[in-house]
Amino acid sequence: MPQHGDSDSRSAVDILIASDRVPANARPDLLTEDDIWALLEEVKDPEVPAVSVVELGIVRAVHWDGKELSIDVTPTYSGCPATELIEELITEALRAAGFRDPKIKQVLTPAWTTDWITDEGKEKLRAFGIAPPEGSSSKMSLLGEPEVIACPHCGSKDTERVSEFGSTACKALYRCKECLEPFDYFKCI
Amino acid sequence: MTQAEALKEYLLRLADSDMILGQRLCELCGKAPALEEEMALMNVALDLVGQARNWYEYAAELIDDGRDADKLAFRRDAHDYRNLLLTEQPNEDYAVTMGRQFFFDVYHYFTLKSLTESSDERIAGIAAKALKEATYHLRRSSEWVKRLGDGTEESHRRMQEAIDILWRFTGELITPDDTDRVMAEAGIGPDPDQLAKDWRGMVNEVLTQATLTPGAEDAWMYMGGKHGEHTEHLGFILAEMQFLQRAYPDATTW
Repeated sequence: MPQHGDSDSRSAVDILIASDRVPANARPDLLTEDDIWALLEEVKDPEVPAVSVVELGIVRAVHWDGKELSIDVTPTYSGCPATELIEELITEALRAAGFRDPKIKQVLTPAWTTDWITDEGKEKLRAFGIAPPEGSSSKMSLLGEPEVIACPHCGSKDTERVSEFGSTACKALYRCKECLEPFDYFKCI
Repeated sequence: MTQAEALKEYLLRLADSDMILGQRLCELCGKAPALEEEMALMNVALDLVGQARNWYEYAAELIDDGRDADKLAFRRDAHDYRNLLLTEQPNEDYAVTMGRQFFFDVYHYFTLKSLTESSDERIAGIAAKALKEATYHLRRSSEWVKRLGDGTEESHRRMQEAIDILWRFTGELITPDDTDRVMAEAGIGPDPDQLAKDWRGMVNEVLTQATLTPGAEDAWMYMGGKHGEHTEHLGFILAEMQFLQRAYPDATTW
């Protein structure tokens, strides 16, 4: 299982290709941390392309001292298959902006929670047809009744859960009894 | 046994149980009884394999003999595997699949909950993440046990049969050995008495709601998975799971 951002394991060819992608006239040294956050806003989640990795709350920190750039990223789920792709997409975006050797560091603590999805991110999820997480992760009950989830299409609260899991680990499958549309619910964890 | 040795052993147990149960669930890919169930089972399997990877990576760092997470998963033989016997039992019918999941999920939930307060920060971090996932697994499997147990005459009969078949493998979940005790004393692993109490409490609660009868507490139990003594099933699981890595060792592109 290769770890990305580990420059020692990259072959000379990899580095050559990477440096090819860096625009010759780029001046990353002129960019600020805020500029880097803005760049990352453009990197979309590959499985939920409506939201960016920043809106999802998986970019935890940007460390930039004018020479070395390193980004802290946390996975949504332990087995999220998109984790490595997301790290690659972030690396690509940073190289395109002129950073030759951005480092990605995976952090597990504190564990990702849907509470970190920004309010804008939640609205974009809804517009995309995915019901955003309801309530706060700390209030989730173990064996209790599921929360009332509003249909992202018609807004009705008369919905039912079809399956605790949906098309990806982070979603559950629901159906609206009002407009009869099935929809994904972004689980609250 | 030193604490350092016990820790490596304990991490391999956590990793191996996740890995083997994940692999068992993956056998149902393409043949689960319903589409929603298939998606759910594969998601649970994905969570478990992801968690296994986190445990293996930590174990590999401590073992420090050049093997990485992949090598620990794919280049060890059955007698080196430390998974609970319950996790290697065959899928059989859906009552057995969900019964096995339920017994494991209750154990997993309380173990991870305790590990979030481990004196080992790395373990606490991995567990905090895994606990969120295991909570969902338990909600789902307990609902299935209730639905099947308190369902039709046939679903009740089959769910009870599943409980009876699997019961003999549950003692291992809550019976500590030296490794478990060393971990508990170091504040790294859960208190074995508390784990057993929590496990029994929740299993009894759910089985009662499901109108099912648990096995006897003093029933004879199969043990040994934690020491590499497995049932006949593990070898077949590994033969399939490890084929590619054994046939093409050290290949870097699949």
